[in-house]
Amino acid sequence: MMSGKAIREPALVRWALTVAALAFLALFLVAPLVAVLAEAFAKGWAAYVRALSGDDTWSSIRLTLIVAAIAVPLNIVFGLAASWAIAKFDFSGKSLLVSLIELPFSVSPVISGLVYVLLFGLQGLLGPWLVEHDLKVIFAVPGIVLATIFVTFPFVARELIPLMEEQGREEEEAALTLGASGFTAFRLVTLPNVRWGLLYGVLLCNARAMGEFGAVSVVSGHIRGLTNTMPLHVEILYNEYDFVGAFAVASLLAVLALVTLAVKSALEWWHRDELAAIGH
Amino acid sequence: MIEVEHISKRFGSFAALDQVSLKVAQGKLVALLGPSGSGKTTLLRILAGLEQPDEGRVRLGGVDATGLGTRDRKVGFVFQHYALFRHMTVAENIAFGLKVRKGADRPPVAAINQKVHSLLELVQLEGLAGRYPSQLSGGQRQRVALARALAVEPRLLLLDEPFGALDAQVRKDLRRWLRHLHDEMGLTGVFVTHDQEEALEVADEVVVMNKGRIEQIGTPAEIYDSPATPFVYRFLGSVNALPCRVAGGQAQVGGLHIGEGRADGPGTAFIRPHDVEVLELSPDLPQARVSQVVVLGPVVRAELELAGGITVEAELSREAKDRLGLRRGLEVSVFLRKARVFVGENV
Amino acid sequence: MSVLALKLSLPRRMPSVIPGFGPTLGFTLAYLSLIVLLPLAALVIKAAGTTLEQWGAILSDSRVLSALGLSFGGALAAALINTVFGLLVAWVLVRYPFPGRRLVDAVIDLPFALPTAVAGIALTALYAPNGWLGRLLEPLGVKVAFTPLGVVVAMVFIGLPFVVRTVEPVLHDVDLELEEAAASLGAGRVQTFLRVILPAILPSLLTGFSLALARAVGEYGSVIFIAGNLPGVSEIAPLLIVTKLEQYDYVGATAIATVMLGISFTLLLAVNLLQKWRRARMGG
Repeated sequence: MMSGKAIREPALVRWALTVAALAFLALFLVAPLVAVLAEAFAKGWAAYVRALSGDDTWSSIRLTLIVAAIAVPLNIVFGLAASWAIAKFDFSGKSLLVSLIELPFSVSPVISGLVYVLLFGLQGLLGPWLVEHDLKVIFAVPGIVLATIFVTFPFVARELIPLMEEQGREEEEAALTLGASGFTAFRLVTLPNVRWGLLYGVLLCNARAMGEFGAVSVVSGHIRGLTNTMPLHVEILYNEYDFVGAFAVASLLAVLALVTLAVKSALEWWHRDELAAIGH
Repeated sequence: MIEVEHISKRFGSFAALDQVSLKVAQGKLVALLGPSGSGKTTLLRILAGLEQPDEGRVRLGGVDATGLGTRDRKVGFVFQHYALFRHMTVAENIAFGLKVRKGADRPPVAAINQKVHSLLELVQLEGLAGRYPSQLSGGQRQRVALARALAVEPRLLLLDEPFGALDAQVRKDLRRWLRHLHDEMGLTGVFVTHDQEEALEVADEVVVMNKGRIEQIGTPAEIYDSPATPFVYRFLGSVNALPCRVAGGQAQVGGLHIGEGRADGPGTAFIRPHDVEVLELSPDLPQARVSQVVVLGPVVRAELELAGGITVEAELSREAKDRLGLRRGLEVSVFLRKARVFVGENV
Repeated sequence: MSVLALKLSLPRRMPSVIPGFGPTLGFTLAYLSLIVLLPLAALVIKAAGTTLEQWGAILSDSRVLSALGLSFGGALAAALINTVFGLLVAWVLVRYPFPGRRLVDAVIDLPFALPTAVAGIALTALYAPNGWLGRLLEPLGVKVAFTPLGVVVAMVFIGLPFVVRTVEPVLHDVDLELEEAAASLGAGRVQTFLRVILPAILPSLLTGFSLALARAVGEYGSVIFIAGNLPGVSEIAPLLIVTKLEQYDYVGATAIATVMLGISFTLLLAVNLLQKWRRARMGG
């Protein structure tokens, strides 16, 4: 890919820069990952299995799956609706809307949790009303779901908007001239055209939903067996000096991260034409 | 029969169409010809129901279709860049319009397959049913787009710059092929083009548009031989546009009488280069000096300087050139066979 | 926020034949308002209800100031480190083909995919005095875990992909002919890099820096384990918000959050302006 010799660095420089970059990545990215697995198996396979078989661990896994199962589909529906409105139509205030959709990315996870406490907590704006109707949001599952939706809010929309914008409107118009209804055009033309970008967004959205810590930590109340997600459970075990337990649960999350990266890389490799539009 | 009545359409402050009216008879192939921004594509999209006019009505087959959605108009639309569904094969693209029909309207699978097959035959792409659009050449995509539009048996076929994105040679072939196809099927068709040659060669009738208005409607011969406006003169073929004065109904260019004007005042005289006849020097005719001679294959283009420093271009045959011994600096006489004078400033 | 919402709720649009504009935009706005804007409005309302005296008391508290200082100072240091090493990594990935490059490229996104709590305990295990790296550093007198340095290490971890992923595509698009032109005019490799390549990628480098900075400022999960959380020394602002919440000091938590958000949004605005400037300059 490099052409003439004139614009190539001496071999020694290339070699030194490559080694420096790889060493930096090994130190900062690979080492922590290896540490998780090493610590999890520090006391052997049996201790690892024992650490994962506690009831609290299972209930944290279940809650994490439930939360992701609610938050991710909602954000998919939102992402599809938002990208359809933004990419297929011209209206004023569009760029402002796009900025607002990306807003949660620039809010600290802790503040994402805090705003829900201020809204739904006992002292919050809607707190008294919730108490009156015997509804519990904060320190309960609904709060965890809401905080998770907040932090994963932009993932799907952010992938789909540039993709749909790049694909334009002609194919949908063609479908309409051929007698398709709007929804049929969406289902048979738009959706297949963005399916890999959608999967890509869902993947990242899911990884964040299952791994979110800060926002969930603020609204959960850390009730063992009830409002602990996997990342919160890691923290509790760690603070109780149950390192094998903490790293065992962490290793499951690390595997999730690795699977996410593997699928993501595969998508990037097999579908680079489609994904090129979104800058990956 | 298509009737367009007083259609206007604005995009923001830009008037894309301004009080446009047009009739297209059943079975005719009509070209909307004009430069970019003339409103031709907007008019086509309004016919398809892809845009709604701000004012005016569209009647298809005598029925008001102005408020009718695209999917209910039964028109076939071929997009400039084809808009083929990129994740569907050629066959799936062509079958789309039939497959999305609801309930009893949807033909059985065997009938759809049969239809796809016969359309592939019609557009001469029999072997390519399983290909994806990205695996086709531009000309092949164009024909798939056409087959897809024809599959729904439209009462009107609309084509947006159908040959715009193709190489010169493919373009010429497809042009003839479309003309034949149209004659065989007897469909009413409207296509948009900015290429005069394309419009004159393919269409039964040409609608020349400029700045959101119709300049002239006529057969290719009418449009070329008797342009109705200075714009049509300039847009179709090359033309000498000479500033002139009209006095007492007679137009003068540099003391030379060249034709008749309807009113007095400054104006412009339009003369086609092939209507400028170059003759041997004769005392009865105006004189000119040859300032340049260019041989363009079978024809010769000569630049002639008339009295008063006015330059006109003449087109003549190779034989005429040889007969006259045409070369730079030669003194000749000219005869203007046909000129048309438009009176007014800035025409 | 209400002004923005009002402006959005009355969009003028070009009529289009494609259906579904009303329902999809309506759902988008409703969902956005419910999930994002309304809760953020709760923060604004709470902050607006805080008296000047309360603001004064909170913002003059040395514990609050040092927490904000650590979050922003640490984030700044981490973003600078990431700018240098992110550029290095991007350069090597784009310019030097080596075996396993695709694997390395995939690993770059690990901080996006790995839950922050997992990263936090892993980094702590590595840099604790008895950890693999801590053990090597201790004889040198360098303490990472449970010090501000540990905070920076965690922030470097989570910020790296922002720089690499912003710079990589731009570096990829730098026209090799430009470099050949520079070489033909007598420039050396270093000169070409400084005078031709760096100016071309500088805007993206600045964008990546800002994104890494914004992310690190608000970071919580990966930092709190390694930080040691000593008030006034290694306690970050997000943790102080959590502490205040646990003490039911909503006013204090809101005030710190408001200051952080104010600074973060200024950063976001700067990034947007930067991108506009870049587009205007590059004519893209």
